[in-house]
Amino acid sequence: MKMLESATGFFTSRLQDAIGWARKYSIFQYPFVTACCGMEYMATAASHYDMDRFGAGLVRFSPRQSDVLFVVGTISQKMAPILKKIYDQICEPKWVVAFGVCTCTGGFYDNYATVMGIDTIIPVDVYIPGCPPRPENVLDGLMKLQEKIQRQKQEV
Amino acid sequence: MDILNQLKSKFSEYVIETHSQCGDATLVIKKEGVIPLFSYLKTSPELDFNFLMDLTAVDYLGREGSRFEVVYHLYSLSKNHCLRVKVDVGEEDSSLDSVSSLWPAANWYEREVWDMFGIKFKGHPDLKRILMYEEFQGHPLRKDYPVNRRQPLVKPVPMN
Repeated sequence: MKMLESATGFFTSRLQDAIGWARKYSIFQYPFVTACCGMEYMATAASHYDMDRFGAGLVRFSPRQSDVLFVVGTISQKMAPILKKIYDQICEPKWVVAFGVCTCTGGFYDNYATVMGIDTIIPVDVYIPGCPPRPENVLDGLMKLQEKIQRQKQEV
Repeated sequence: MDILNQLKSKFSEYVIETHSQCGDATLVIKKEGVIPLFSYLKTSPELDFNFLMDLTAVDYLGREGSRFEVVYHLYSLSKNHCLRVKVDVGEEDSSLDSVSSLWPAANWYEREVWDMFGIKFKGHPDLKRILMYEEFQGHPLRKDYPVNRRQPLVKPVPMN
């Protein structure tokens, strides 16, 4: 009986690892690009830095078909309800990446128009600081996200 | 310079002052003169200001006299000359005539000035906010708008 339990435990954890492995290499991004960081995002996604190496090459422009929300650029108060709606439309499991300081903290904007970090509205998994972040920095953030996806409990 | 003198004599009842330094010919007028002066600038064949380059406002809070100044930058593509017109607008009746019937470009500029400074333009076809959202209270570029006042549409999620 004890052996059986440990055996099922073994298979469950292997299944968890397998699902995590599959998920971390099939990232479908939704790029929510609002500002200048979009240029750096494009540089990272294009062939020179090649985000596709990490299985994140297929960008979907429908939240229904994507599972990682890349928030790229300053979010204004006027834009905030739209971002929230897009986030709510993505099916579980989903992750959020804050790309650039404006999305992380509001950056150098401290005024009536700007949201002081998107984590005041939606939960964020990975923060990529920089104004804008270097492509190496973005890829590092993407690898951090992959580690996180691999480690977490996989809800099926 | 001759444009300024010509306008000064022609619209003497509206012109408050003129100045010109390094070629920036500027005319400061009362707001009653907006329609007569700008129609003349637009339609007069020798001036022919057919291009409204910019329309904005300045808040001189605490200044002697009128609080706001609406600034128009005009350019003539055919004559290659430009003119800056400033219109004094007081705080208690912060409204003046719209020039959107003369230059369609003024439509969105005037909406922006309304949004940011709360200056009304009489005769504007659709004077509503252009940059901020409808729920926004007040006018953020007024000097007495509190610098720390935030009006989020999505309320921040409380930390637990």
